[in-house]
Amino acid sequence: MTEIKFVLNGENVTIDVDPTKRLLDVLREDFGLTGVKEGCGEGECGACSVLVDNEIVSSCLMPVGNAIGKDIVTIDGFSKTERYRVIHGAYEDEGAVQCGFCIPGMVIATESLLNKNPNPTEEEIRDALSGNLCRCTGYNMIVTAVLRAAERGRGLW
Amino acid sequence: MRTLYFKMSRRGIVLKEVSMNDISRPINKLDTYGKTSGSIEYIGDMKVEGALHARTLRSTMARARIREIRFPEIPDGYYIIDRNDVPGRNRVKIIFDDMPVFAEEEVRYIGEPILMVVGEDRGVIREIVEGIKVEYEPLVPEFDYVKSVVHYDYEKGNADEYFAGDKRIVNGEYRTGYQEHIYLEPQGIIGIFEDGKSTVIGSMQCPYYIKNAVVQAMGLEPDKVRIQQAATGGAFGGKEEFPSLIGCQVAVASMKTGRPVRLIYDRVEDIESTTKRHPSLIKFQAAIDGDNNISAMRVHVSLDSGAYIGLSGVVLQRAMIAASGVYTIDNLSVSGDVYETNTVPNGAFRGFGAPQMFFAIEMFINHIAKELGEDNLAFRKRHLARQGDATSTGGKFRDPIIMNEMIEKVMEISGYREKVMEYSKPGDFRGIGMSWFLHGCGFTGSGEQKHIKGVVRLQKNKDDTVTVLAANTEMGQGAFTTLRKIAAGILEIPVDRVIYNNPDTDLVPDSGPTVASRTIMVVGGLIARAALKLKEQWIDGKEILVEERYRQPDYVEWDDETLTGDAYPAYSWGVNVAEVEVDRATYEVTVKKLWGVYDVGKAIDERIIIGQIEGGLLQGVAYGTIEVMDAKDGKLRQRNVTDYIIPTACDSAPVESVIMDNPFPLGPYGAKGAGELPLVGGAPAVALAIENAIDRNVMKIPATPEYIMELLENDRD
Repeated sequence: MTEIKFVLNGENVTIDVDPTKRLLDVLREDFGLTGVKEGCGEGECGACSVLVDNEIVSSCLMPVGNAIGKDIVTIDGFSKTERYRVIHGAYEDEGAVQCGFCIPGMVIATESLLNKNPNPTEEEIRDALSGNLCRCTGYNMIVTAVLRAAERGRGLW
Repeated sequence: MRTLYFKMSRRGIVLKEVSMNDISRPINKLDTYGKTSGSIEYIGDMKVEGALHARTLRSTMARARIREIRFPEIPDGYYIIDRNDVPGRNRVKIIFDDMPVFAEEEVRYIGEPILMVVGEDRGVIREIVEGIKVEYEPLVPEFDYVKSVVHYDYEKGNADEYFAGDKRIVNGEYRTGYQEHIYLEPQGIIGIFEDGKSTVIGSMQCPYYIKNAVVQAMGLEPDKVRIQQAATGGAFGGKEEFPSLIGCQVAVASMKTGRPVRLIYDRVEDIESTTKRHPSLIKFQAAIDGDNNISAMRVHVSLDSGAYIGLSGVVLQRAMIAASGVYTIDNLSVSGDVYETNTVPNGAFRGFGAPQMFFAIEMFINHIAKELGEDNLAFRKRHLARQGDATSTGGKFRDPIIMNEMIEKVMEISGYREKVMEYSKPGDFRGIGMSWFLHGCGFTGSGEQKHIKGVVRLQKNKDDTVTVLAANTEMGQGAFTTLRKIAAGILEIPVDRVIYNNPDTDLVPDSGPTVASRTIMVVGGLIARAALKLKEQWIDGKEILVEERYRQPDYVEWDDETLTGDAYPAYSWGVNVAEVEVDRATYEVTVKKLWGVYDVGKAIDERIIIGQIEGGLLQGVAYGTIEVMDAKDGKLRQRNVTDYIIPTACDSAPVESVIMDNPFPLGPYGAKGAGELPLVGGAPAVALAIENAIDRNVMKIPATPEYIMELLENDRD
């Protein structure tokens, strides 16, 4: 067990935990942040995406020991922001959400993209979302939703 | 007839010609916030006081007798759950009850559940599972189409007569591979046993299927079993019958331990041990008459059921009934067998046997035209079914068929005619292909009437809200929104005055499973009728309960023995065009664009239908191209999404779709089924496009680069 400190959704947190435990499990089990989903456990599907110092990371691949001193944002925290409201509205209006299991990860991937590139092309969006699998939608409505979010959220990113 | 056009553009979906009060006009889905914010609870997210974890010990042998199981020391608070703990019958109730809840003397596939280890700590559970040694006596496994366990056949006209003599005969043999669902949320379920009552909560399509299964396995009275659906992260058929198995397992485990038991699969376990689309081998013979028309066809379908039959017989029926595709063939002789093999059991998957057959028949009809030197479009059109024609099983296409209009429309928007000419030039590796397909809506034959007997209730509350009481589940397809829309539309109340909760079998009647493209047409139809009844009785501020039961349309006549008559009360229709480019060096296929024109009667919400179209079409296209799964000596070679590839955002092509209005008189607002149809046309369209690109006949899917190379190289010799 090791004492690990990091910033989680804007708050300083400390936890005594096995540093090899997956960040995903720490978030879900120790902090009850179940918006972060496990879809494959091997970093392929993106359902467990979180932001670590503003970079998108698959939390199933990251040992919590690597989180020391980092700033971590999950969907549970991000959903309190204005940027989320814009992304949510665009996803809703475009019908981009079906079963929803991939969606928290998609929203995080959308934030990560727009943070770096507030005015992305369709190709850049597809590329940015290509680490997040969705089995329901065929992606086009999600891509359109990201374009719409970028349009509506001008100035936010 | 009014047509709705949709085009994907930077601005999103552009809708035309939809009036404000048209039911098809899209509304925002009613469950989106919980999903984008991550606050909705899937089964793995639920906090259940005192819940234990479970992990399954699985067979490592394709077929063997279990000689002995040796256990490590089991710490206090940890439990082994096996067949001896099943208080009722150790069989999972799924149409054909051959699958045990936990294996008995013999294991029949790699991954078969033998027992479960249950306890507090997942690490300790894993150690115990790894410490258990199973001693097997190997038996000879079967992996080929050898052991038939279900056989059906049916006849239309007299095919044999037309094969006699020196008629021109064309043969074709087609193969299709596995398809794995990859619902993003793996299987998960929780069992709770309290005061003699078993409650099972989980990710599922069919609460009452699980209820019936748990009643049988637990030996409990029906009122002592309660099933609740949790938010379900995708299903596609994969959560139709499979959750009945794990529902029984956690029910047994929670009774034995006296604690709630949670079983959540990881992806590797999910791929290894859950049902998939049946691989198939489909053989055709067509007798050609003097006018170059098909006078008769013989068809045989082989399906690989894996180790247990389950619902494979019903999948076989749907495949067989689709044997003549969208074409009218007067003389048909169709047979099929389900073969048991020592591989993971196969089961329901969106399309349910039809995707295999539509791939095969669409290729075959084109291959016949090619062999006869006929223009394939003219040849197909001559055989296209018309209103009033006899169906494959000798029923009748009663409703208007608008395929000619749909075909024209898809060719116009895709530029099919010009492109097919251009891409057919030698050395051009671009290709375009067009598939025509239909999907029978609802259960096959008399299934609705005899087995399902769906019931829905509408509960009008004191505050004048209305609760829909039905067992159908939201799994991403939009049922929460569309079913509420139907009730609200007829009652002429705002949609937010209609309540639809996740089904709980203690609270809702059995309106049947959420399968077979039946939810809108059949259950939505019952809701519409109940709403009409409620509207007549409506008194503000008063509680009122109305009920509707399924009644088979009077015209439907079906014979279960001979598989003849009206196999379905209605059919949805579709046309797809796919455009591809095959890489000259690597033979990789890039899908450039997809088009679809669909007749689903009436769209209850056209954006939801577009969502079904785009998602289903991509699943169908991927089934035909990149989704490769195979087994060697009974072991699947793909173990995660790293090696079983599904499309990413970069692999999905733009889709242009048109939804036609062709209302079905008995559907709510004229709606027919729409959930499965979009998948059915994907594989044949893309396979025909590849065929056009490489100028070789494609005889199997997935059409991988290796297979394309084989086709091109073999021909060179």
